[in-house]
Amino acid sequence: MQILTSLLAGLVFGLGLLLSGMADPAKVLGFLDLAGAWDPSLALVMVGAIAVGLPAFALARRRSQSLLGASMRLPTVRRIDRRLVGGSLLFGIGWGIAGFCPGPALVALGMGLAPALVFVAAMVAGMGLFETIERRRARERARPPLRSP
Amino acid sequence: MAIDWQHFTPWSALAGGALIGLAAAMFVLLNGRIAGISGVLGGLLNPTRGDIGWRVAFVAGLIAAPLAYRLFGALPVPRIDAGTGALVLAGLLVGVGTRYAAGCTSGHGVCGLSRLSPRSLAATLAFMAAGFATVFVVRHVIGL
Repeated sequence: MQILTSLLAGLVFGLGLLLSGMADPAKVLGFLDLAGAWDPSLALVMVGAIAVGLPAFALARRRSQSLLGASMRLPTVRRIDRRLVGGSLLFGIGWGIAGFCPGPALVALGMGLAPALVFVAAMVAGMGLFETIERRRARERARPPLRSP
Repeated sequence: MAIDWQHFTPWSALAGGALIGLAAAMFVLLNGRIAGISGVLGGLLNPTRGDIGWRVAFVAGLIAAPLAYRLFGALPVPRIDAGTGALVLAGLLVGVGTRYAAGCTSGHGVCGLSRLSPRSLAATLAFMAAGFATVFVVRHVIGL
């Protein structure tokens, strides 16, 4: 059941990205170009999304289980640190270069667009790089300190 | 600042946004999870048991969305101006950045702001600022 609702949520999310214009990099870059001819549309995408999201998350916060009986997994981390801000800055630079963020890139991939495939492949490689770096760091932390002979 | 009224699409933006919010609402109320695309996708690279199916299903839903959209009307054709080199660089930055930040436009932007999370607000301000600055440099300083 949860696989089905997950598929449906992904589908509705993708339809929203298409309808809103978020899946069009040229429109995204038009929004990010404050100094040029600025297209404010995408600010309204956030307004529409948050207007629906606010009551839903307010309800979710009061529950310990989802309506299907799954445990409610809301983020508990509250730290605002270098990882959060640095990562967001890197993401924003990439977003500004191509006009793609993760969701729209996957939707554009579904349209069979070759540039979207290039972007998604590079994005997955970037995520893999993160996993590799983090695993190496975890191993180094776990290793006992070297003893001099 | 000059507003580009010709390309301004307030109603489809609001309606599309509401659909995105609906998807996030469904996902948290039914599955108990945050609809954050970078997290859903990135989690597949470090899979644990019972944690793969719903992730694949969500990604499949996103990829199938254009197909479903055609049932309702003509599919908008996106314009992608970036060349291959720029797409690779941008993809790598988005991949690494969203994983370190533990979220992107959906996880921090839509879901985090809907949860009134200060951490997500900080992330959203940071990636928006970087996005604005990058487009400024690319279009008005380098002049591509």
